[in-house]
Amino acid sequence: MHPILVIVFGPLLAAIIAGLGNRMLGNVAAKSLTTGALFVSAVLSWQVFLQYLGGGVPAEVVPVLKWVESGSLTFDWVLRVDTLTAIMLVVINTVSALVHLYSWGYMADDDSQPRFFAYLSLFTFAMLMLVTADNLVQMFFGWEGVGLASYLLIGFWFKKPSANAAATKAFVVNRVGDLGFMLGIFGTFLVFGTTSIPAILDAAPGMAGSSITFLGMRLDTMTILCLLLFIGAMGKSAQLGLHTWLPDAMEGPTPVSALIHAATMVTAGVFMVCRLSPMFEAAPMALTFVTFIGAATCLFAATVGTTQWDIKRVIAYSTCSQLGYMFFAAGVGAYGAAMFHLFTHAFFKALLFLGAGSVIHAMHHEQDMRYYGELRKHIPLTFWAMMAGTLAITGVGVLGVFGFAGFYSKDAILEAAFASGSEMGRAAFWVGAFAALLTSFYSWRLMFLTFWGKPRWAASEHIQHAIHDAHAQGDAKQDTHGHAAGDNPPAQEHSGHDDTHNVPHPDHGEGTGGYHPHESPWSMLVPLALLSVGAIFAGFVFHHAFIDEANFWNGSIAYNEGLIHALHDVPTWVKLTATVVMLVGLFIAWLAYIRDPSIPEKAATQLGPVYSFLYNKWYFDELYHFLFVRPAFWLGRLFWKRGDEGIVDRFGPNGAAWLVEKGAIVARRVQSGYLTSYALIMLLGLTAAITWVLF
Amino acid sequence: MIGIEHYVVVSSILFVLGVLGIFLNRKNIIVILMAIELILLAVNINLVAFSAFLGDLTGQVFAMFVLTVAAGEAAIGLAILVIYFRDRGTIAVDDVNRMKG
Repeated sequence: MHPILVIVFGPLLAAIIAGLGNRMLGNVAAKSLTTGALFVSAVLSWQVFLQYLGGGVPAEVVPVLKWVESGSLTFDWVLRVDTLTAIMLVVINTVSALVHLYSWGYMADDDSQPRFFAYLSLFTFAMLMLVTADNLVQMFFGWEGVGLASYLLIGFWFKKPSANAAATKAFVVNRVGDLGFMLGIFGTFLVFGTTSIPAILDAAPGMAGSSITFLGMRLDTMTILCLLLFIGAMGKSAQLGLHTWLPDAMEGPTPVSALIHAATMVTAGVFMVCRLSPMFEAAPMALTFVTFIGAATCLFAATVGTTQWDIKRVIAYSTCSQLGYMFFAAGVGAYGAAMFHLFTHAFFKALLFLGAGSVIHAMHHEQDMRYYGELRKHIPLTFWAMMAGTLAITGVGVLGVFGFAGFYSKDAILEAAFASGSEMGRAAFWVGAFAALLTSFYSWRLMFLTFWGKPRWAASEHIQHAIHDAHAQGDAKQDTHGHAAGDNPPAQEHSGHDDTHNVPHPDHGEGTGGYHPHESPWSMLVPLALLSVGAIFAGFVFHHAFIDEANFWNGSIAYNEGLIHALHDVPTWVKLTATVVMLVGLFIAWLAYIRDPSIPEKAATQLGPVYSFLYNKWYFDELYHFLFVRPAFWLGRLFWKRGDEGIVDRFGPNGAAWLVEKGAIVARRVQSGYLTSYALIMLLGLTAAITWVLF
Repeated sequence: MIGIEHYVVVSSILFVLGVLGIFLNRKNIIVILMAIELILLAVNINLVAFSAFLGDLTGQVFAMFVLTVAAGEAAIGLAILVIYFRDRGTIAVDDVNRMKG
């Protein structure tokens, strides 16, 4: 049996058993089973990956089942393993296994843990199906599967209305992208007559320049197909325009955010573009669009990230921004760099999310950074893990010596954008460089607000609850357990609506309020440690293979030899740009949050409209609410009140019922019970019958 | 000379009287029984008259059958009436309205 079968179907089996067994199975059994399956998958994935790391290993195809044979439309369940898939396998299974382990600690107070772990494993299975797909339909299966799992996990705390709203929003916004993706698949089948990815990619260059009629317009075939497919990628990867669901998705438990909304699912779009890269190469217009959207998202999300207070939302916008980097790397043709950033990003972003989860855990589910401060002394291990993540995301490193993961991948992307020579590429380079500055600023802002400064916990409602709980328990448990054991409601994160808090002024409201943050249990610290290793070394160890070696990719992505040479020949100042802007960002953050904490408030007041523009996320939600949500509600109400109640119900069921009722009132009179009237009716009936028969 | 048409007219008059007796009657269930008897007799007159007119005995045989059935029907009808009277203490037609299926 091929290891890929175990890798892909192990998590599914675990999910089914844990999900259906649920309470019958018990917490420990369900958790052990799913976590065990994931660790097996992870180990096997690394084995597969190391096999491909050497380069030159041909793609393997493992048939599983027949699926559809209908005329010229045939596709089967087939698992395809090549370099690209191997990378994704490692990313998905490593992060997923660690998140499973992390959830042992993080979800310890929750009362439906088997369900949670079953969802996590189900998600992993769907994601694995997506990346091992050999045809577009199977990819779509995985694509929708991860969407479903994402919906279930965002709405995991279904008693919370905001979580339900966020889950629905994620689902609906993704439908918009999926419509594009589906049209893309249909169109591809129409043009190429097959859904098999290798066959399509072989035929794609030959299709360049042909045209097709779509919506009554004559359009370039490859451009329209790639744009449609890319709309799908935009939805899943939260690119500008379809990004609005991602920040709201933070309503889900933090391990979910780390796994789905940082490391894996949201990168599915990038993966898809890379997988279909020969198609995109045949459509230069579409690539320009990809570059544009990537760069725009990169800038947009980074600017918004600088103003948010919720620790998870900052990281969510950071994710959005980093996905923008990946897309514009793909847009300028550096698919290797895009995949490399995906790879490193998975480690450091999962690390940052899990670290944030650890902070939230320590702070009794307070997520507002304004109520943090000085935590480096209280939760040092989490602090160092977050430090590694921040160094990685901001791209700290010395050229030619050593750098953290993001140093290599982000530099490669910026250099590729510069070296691509196109105008859009140059623009993307400058936008990317500026976004890197913002990245550095908001990342350090997060670190400084959380781990430095003086404690500002006392004003937090969550912390006050914790203190009251501890006092109510009335014993010394308070010292070791921030939240006194036992009577805690299941962990329910508070997210977003920071307007309801009374915001402490930086000068007063200081103090710990007698609360002692507690370091997380080992099950949460081990994943942090392992991911830290990834965040520190992933770039250094693998950058050569990912960026420079055509042999490593072995045809699984479109590899642009010329671009890679140009990438190495960019001027030195380009290579240093990322490092310089990183230092500038760090300096600004230090100035504003350590040196003189009154600066942010002054800046916010002075830049009033700009600040509120950024703080309100460029008013995208408001705009969409006005453009789409309200008309949709209006239309819904019209159909409901006028259409359904006014026409269908009125003349349909209600009308029939009315008719029967009125008819019955008339008919009731006939049945008087008098013998004589019955006899009369009988006579009349008889007469009528005889008349009918005789005449 | 009394022809066949006289018999037919008489039997028609009796038949209509019987029918009207059933549903114009508001007083007494016994009257209904009598009206039914009247209808049967009208039919009998018809049968016998046509039997004699056509020289075919079948009609008269049939009339005997009808008489037999009429006697049985009257017996059963009166028996029901007696039981009903015992139960309800009245046999007025207007009070007999429990037959609402």
